[in-house]
Amino acid sequence: MNEVFTKSMARNIFYGGSLFFILLFLGLTFDTTRQLPKLDNRQAITDKVALGKALWEENNCIGCHTLLGEGAYFAPELGNIYKRFGNNKAAIKGFIMSRPKDGIPGRRSMPQFNFTDEELDAIAEFLKYSSEINTAGWPPNIQG
Amino acid sequence: MQYQSQAVAKPYFIAAIGLFVLQILFGLIMGLQYVVGDFLFPEIPFNVARMVHTNALIIWLLMGFMGAAYYLVPEESETELFSPRLALVTFWVFLAAAVLTVAGYLLVPYATLAELTGNHLLPTMGREFLEQPTITKIGIVVVALAFIFNVGMTVLKGRKTAINLVLLLGLVGLAVLFLFSFYNPTNLVLDKYYWWWVVHLWVEGVWELILGAILAFVLIKVTGVDREVIEKWLYIIIAMALISGIIGTGHHYFWIGVPEYWQWWGSIFSALEPLPFFMMTVFAFNMVNRRRRNHPNRAAVLWALGTAVMAFLGAGVWGFLHTLSPVNYYTHGTQITAAHGHMSFYGAYVMIVLTIISYAMPLLRGRKVAASNKSQVLEMWSFWLMTVAMVFITFFLTAAGILQVHMQRVMDKPLPFMYVQDQIALFYWLREGAGLVFLIGLIVYIASFFIGNNEPEAEVVPST
Repeated sequence: MNEVFTKSMARNIFYGGSLFFILLFLGLTFDTTRQLPKLDNRQAITDKVALGKALWEENNCIGCHTLLGEGAYFAPELGNIYKRFGNNKAAIKGFIMSRPKDGIPGRRSMPQFNFTDEELDAIAEFLKYSSEINTAGWPPNIQG
Repeated sequence: MQYQSQAVAKPYFIAAIGLFVLQILFGLIMGLQYVVGDFLFPEIPFNVARMVHTNALIIWLLMGFMGAAYYLVPEESETELFSPRLALVTFWVFLAAAVLTVAGYLLVPYATLAELTGNHLLPTMGREFLEQPTITKIGIVVVALAFIFNVGMTVLKGRKTAINLVLLLGLVGLAVLFLFSFYNPTNLVLDKYYWWWVVHLWVEGVWELILGAILAFVLIKVTGVDREVIEKWLYIIIAMALISGIIGTGHHYFWIGVPEYWQWWGSIFSALEPLPFFMMTVFAFNMVNRRRRNHPNRAAVLWALGTAVMAFLGAGVWGFLHTLSPVNYYTHGTQITAAHGHMSFYGAYVMIVLTIISYAMPLLRGRKVAASNKSQVLEMWSFWLMTVAMVFITFFLTAAGILQVHMQRVMDKPLPFMYVQDQIALFYWLREGAGLVFLIGLIVYIASFFIGNNEPEAEVVPST
């Protein structure tokens, strides 16, 4: 970096480059927003799904699990759990319901949340909705 | 210390180190829970330990950035801070909010905390890294506004340097992007899309401006190299950071339900993201080699060089490792991600905060230029202990990640998650061991503030 390349040139590259790519990013975001309705399974969002997502958040499920690969890596991926459990909501509800209060000696265990049946149903419904989002073929297999 | 008001940086640095300790202790708890699943269950379930671990990290880094700003902005602006009193008030508000939030995580179930803080009024909780109650988030915004006002007014009334402007730009970006944490639609894809505007555009965007500015400041001080040269480097590094990093957000958009063209945008631009970090390494070593004086604070020089190298390895190399979409298809959301997360946060942001603390703390504590030789030797021991431990944590998590990907995602008959976790437990044990070494390093680090205070300041060793 000699005298030919000055500080003001570097500064202009910073401001110009950043501005250009911010605008490009906003443009891509605009196009993404336009295309989303046919990818994000929004037609499946019901009040029940909304309740399920609220419960998902208020019990910090993401603190152990991943959902579409994002979250913590302590417990299984749940973006495709509905499919892994054979498209069976009752299986999901049963699993959550049956967690022992004091855990399993020596092993990882999901806490017992004491959900009502309505809440369990909402969570299962939210996970079903999540499993039907078009994720470009991810995860590679049913194990998540 | 040239200006009285720089002293407000000190409580920020002390609180940052305190939260750092908390972060590491909970990291060790989590590490043990990985192999002894029922450890502390159900009192401190894994998710709670993780919230404390990650949130303490974020808060102490923010504390460090604020302390850095309060220290360097008056010196760069050549004027006293606009309002030292406001800086102290915001410090106590921020610390109280952090302590109350952590207490909330530990004392009541998360769902109760959500209820107590009225999460249903404006639901923002329960998303990774943004687990703080909404009221805490509002507190963070208020603190950030007061902070930026204070620093901004100081810059306005004083000298405007590139370092000041870049730092301020980074801090404003940090505050503005945080506002997206209040947007939480039921539509999961939209939720995730904008969640990354906080998370990615922080750590792979505006935080790099803050990192660059702090590094440039310290390098000017410890090398005496001409400001023009250093600021030119700073601009070109942050230009590359934003040019690659903004569209690089796309590497998080591969599998969350957005158009597939993001696989191209994300792969190509995030493949460029190592460049600014590589330049930062070249920059730091170049400046130190061209130094016009030998600074007696050798520990600070070591941290400055260390952060450049480790940021390049952690963010650059370990990021590139799994950023191309055909690779990420297999590695997404595995221990590979965890490996990258650990080394990049440590290399880029932990180490830059420790760099500025290393440079500023002796001055804030009344030394003229540097701590005693004895303190510095201890501090440099802590540097090597923590850094080498983090390298091994990263290696072990990477090994665990490769095995996990193979067994769970690649083999002909993929195996279930929990079964695979049992198979790779050895590497989790090794990681926990490396974590203990990290803790020892941290203890040595803290000891360096208490030992050697009665000895004379370190002096420059004449170069041969």
